[in-house]
Amino acid sequence: MTSTERTDVLVVGSGFGGAIAAYHLAAGGAKVVILERGPWLTAKDFEHDFMLGSSYTRIFDFVVGDGMSILGGNCVGGGSVVYFAAMPRAPRFVFDKQTGLGRRVWPASVSRDTLDPWYDRVAESIPITKQDWNDVTYAGGLWAAACDHAGRTANPVPAAVDRDHCVNCNWMMAGCRFDAKQSLLLNYLPAALAHGARIRPLHEVQRIERNHDGSYRVHYDIIDEEDYRVRGEGGAIDAKIVVLAAGAGATPVILQRSEPSLGRMPHGVGRYFSGNGERLNTAVLNEDRVREVLGLTREDGLAYAANQIGKGPTVANWDRLDGSLPEFTRYSLEQLYFPPGLGTILAQVADAAGGPSWFGARKKEMLSRWQSWLIIFQMIEDANEGVFGPPPAAGNADRISQQMLGIGRLRYDPAETTLRAWAMADAEVKDILERDGLAEVTAWTNDVVGAYTVHPLASCRMGDDPATSALDDRNELRGHPGIFVTDGSAVPTALTVNPAMTIAALAERAIPGIVRAARERGVEVAYGAPAPDGSTSGRRGVADLLPSLTRK
Amino acid sequence: MTLEAFADTIVPGEKRHPGDRAVAGAAAGGGAVQAGALELMEWDATGISEGLDDYVRLLNDHAREYAAETGLDPDPSVPPFVALPYAHRTELVRRLVAPGHPEKAFWVLLTLFSNMAYDSAAHMHTAEAIAAGHPGLAAMGITRPGPGGLWRFPAFSYGRPLARLHPDTTPSGSPA
Repeated sequence: MTSTERTDVLVVGSGFGGAIAAYHLAAGGAKVVILERGPWLTAKDFEHDFMLGSSYTRIFDFVVGDGMSILGGNCVGGGSVVYFAAMPRAPRFVFDKQTGLGRRVWPASVSRDTLDPWYDRVAESIPITKQDWNDVTYAGGLWAAACDHAGRTANPVPAAVDRDHCVNCNWMMAGCRFDAKQSLLLNYLPAALAHGARIRPLHEVQRIERNHDGSYRVHYDIIDEEDYRVRGEGGAIDAKIVVLAAGAGATPVILQRSEPSLGRMPHGVGRYFSGNGERLNTAVLNEDRVREVLGLTREDGLAYAANQIGKGPTVANWDRLDGSLPEFTRYSLEQLYFPPGLGTILAQVADAAGGPSWFGARKKEMLSRWQSWLIIFQMIEDANEGVFGPPPAAGNADRISQQMLGIGRLRYDPAETTLRAWAMADAEVKDILERDGLAEVTAWTNDVVGAYTVHPLASCRMGDDPATSALDDRNELRGHPGIFVTDGSAVPTALTVNPAMTIAALAERAIPGIVRAARERGVEVAYGAPAPDGSTSGRRGVADLLPSLTRK
Repeated sequence: MTLEAFADTIVPGEKRHPGDRAVAGAAAGGGAVQAGALELMEWDATGISEGLDDYVRLLNDHAREYAAETGLDPDPSVPPFVALPYAHRTELVRRLVAPGHPEKAFWVLLTLFSNMAYDSAAHMHTAEAIAAGHPGLAAMGITRPGPGGLWRFPAFSYGRPLARLHPDTTPSGSPA
C-alpha cells in the first residue's frame, strides 16, 4: 500500500509568484513543497552556447499558439532566470483601466499608491540598480541619443543587475553565468530553502483534485532531464493550500484540466489573456549617420556595431506613459537585445520589393549587418484578447522538440485597438530612428508564429467582478477556497512596462491572505518574515495594509 | 536534395560545386545548407527528424502542382522542387508559410530550423562553430569567445548622458 505524500502548502512553479510565496510561508512555519517542471541549474551550468540541449534551450520554453506565441521560463527560478532583469514599476494610469462598461478592471483595492509599499518590499528583497549612463550599453545609448535627437526623453531602466559582476556578455537568456543578474536563485529561493522548503525540479503538474477533507491532491509527471518529451511515472501530493504560479501560459491550462475533478472554474480562467502588448521592431543602422548625426563613437573608430554587446534593456522612452492620453495610445519603447535563433527569423527587410520579407536573399543581406541591428521593444495596451482552448493531454503544450518548442492552445485575434496601437508605436519608432537617415526600421512579422510575447499576463486575472475575474482581490480562485494564483496570470491588464516588478509586488501582497487561509486550515504559520537578507523596513511599510488583506 | 533546396530557399548560398542542383546559387557565401541545415533537421532533438520523408514527399507534390499551374516544364532528372528555379521555389515556399495555408505550421517549423542552422548553428557548440568558420555566424560577425568559452565585453558604454530624463521619473528610476 502506498501513501500519498502530504504537505501544508504546495507551490506550483518557482518563478516570481512561486518563489515569493514559498519563502514567506516557509519562513512563517509552514511545510512547503515547490514543484517545478524545468531543471535546477545554477551559475556554473549556464553556458554561452546556442546548441540545442545547452542551458539556453533547457531553461526556456517557446510555445506557438494560434495568433500568439509565448516565450517563458522553464527552470527553477522560472522567468527570473531567463528574463532581462528590467524592474520598473507600472505607471499610475494602468491601475485605473476600465472595461467598456465603465467598471474598473483592477480590484478597487489595488492602485499604484496601495501597491507601492509592496514594490518596496520587492526592492528590498531583490537588489535593483537604478542604472546611470555609465551602465547604459552602446545599444541603450544609441536609443537614448536617437530619442534626444527627435525631441524625446529617454530613461535608464532600473534593473536587477549587479553592475560589479556584469560583463555585458548578452547571454542573459541562457541564465547568468556570473551571478550578476539577481534572479530568484540568489534571494527568495535560497531563503525559502533555508526555512525548510523543498524544491522538486522536473515535476510537471497536470491537475488538481479536491479531497473529502477540503484539502487538495496535486498530480504531477516526472520529466526526463534531457528530453522533455519523455515522461516518467508521476505521483501526487496532498496539500491544505495550493499556490499556482506556473506562469500565465500554464496556470490556466492546469486549472482547465482540473475542472472535471475540481469542479467548475470561474469564467475568467483561460480568458482575457494579454501579451502585455508586446512587439519588436528591428532597426538596421547606418553607421556613418550614427557618427555624423548623433556624434557617437566607440573604441577602434566604430560608431556602433555593438548588437552583440550588452545586458538586455538599459534605456526606455516613456513619453507616452501619460495618463491624460486616450486609452490604447499609451506605450513605452524600450531598447532590447534579442539573440539569434528565435530572434532573427521574425525580423523583416525594409524593402522586400515584392519578394518575401522574412526569408530569402534580402533577409540574408540584412543578417550580414546583424552587428548594426538595434531592437526596440514596444509595450502597448492590448485588449486582453487571448483565450485558451481545451488543454492538451499533458503539460501546457504538445512538445515538438526535445526542449524549447511546443504547440499550445492559445488563440489571439488582435482587436482593432491593439492593431492601431502597434501601428502607432511602429510609426513612432520609425520616426525616431529613420530621422536623418539613421536607420531602416521594420516591425517583426506576425505572419510566422503570430504575435509574440515574453511577458504573458492575465489568463486568470484578479478583480472585483466575478463575471470577468478568476481571482478575488486577494488572489484566491473564486469558488475554490485554498487555491491561490500569484503569477503573471493574476495581473489583470497589460502594464505598458516590463511586468516582473509588478508580478512580484502582487505576489508579496497576496501573502497575508494566503497565510490567513492556511491558518484557517490548521496550518501553524505566521506572517511577517523580513526580506530574504533579513532587512525589515519593507515589512514595516506594509503593516497598515494588512487588515484589509486578511479579512474574512 | 529536396530538403537542401528548401533550406537554400530560406537562406540562400552559393553553389558548392558547378553542378550543384540543390543549392540554387542565389546569394554569395554559404547559406543554410553550408551552415548545416540538414544536420540540424536530421537530429532527433528537433522533433522533425522522423517526419522528413513526409516533408520531401509533400514538398515535391506541391512543386509538381505548382509547375503545372505556372506552365513550367521541370527537369525530370531531379526532384520537382529542386527542378524549380530559385524565384519559383521562393514563391512556392511563400505560399506554404502564408497565414491561412492549412499546412502552414508544418512548413514554418522547417523554416525555423533552416534559419537556426544559419543564424545560430543550433546543431553545434557555438564556440566550435565559430572556430570552424561557420558561414552564418561568420557573416553575422559574431565574435569569438574569450577564456573558458565565455564572452566578456569590457568596453560596452558610451559612458555619458545622451538624453534628458522624463520629468515624471521617481527617485528609484521608475515611471511615476
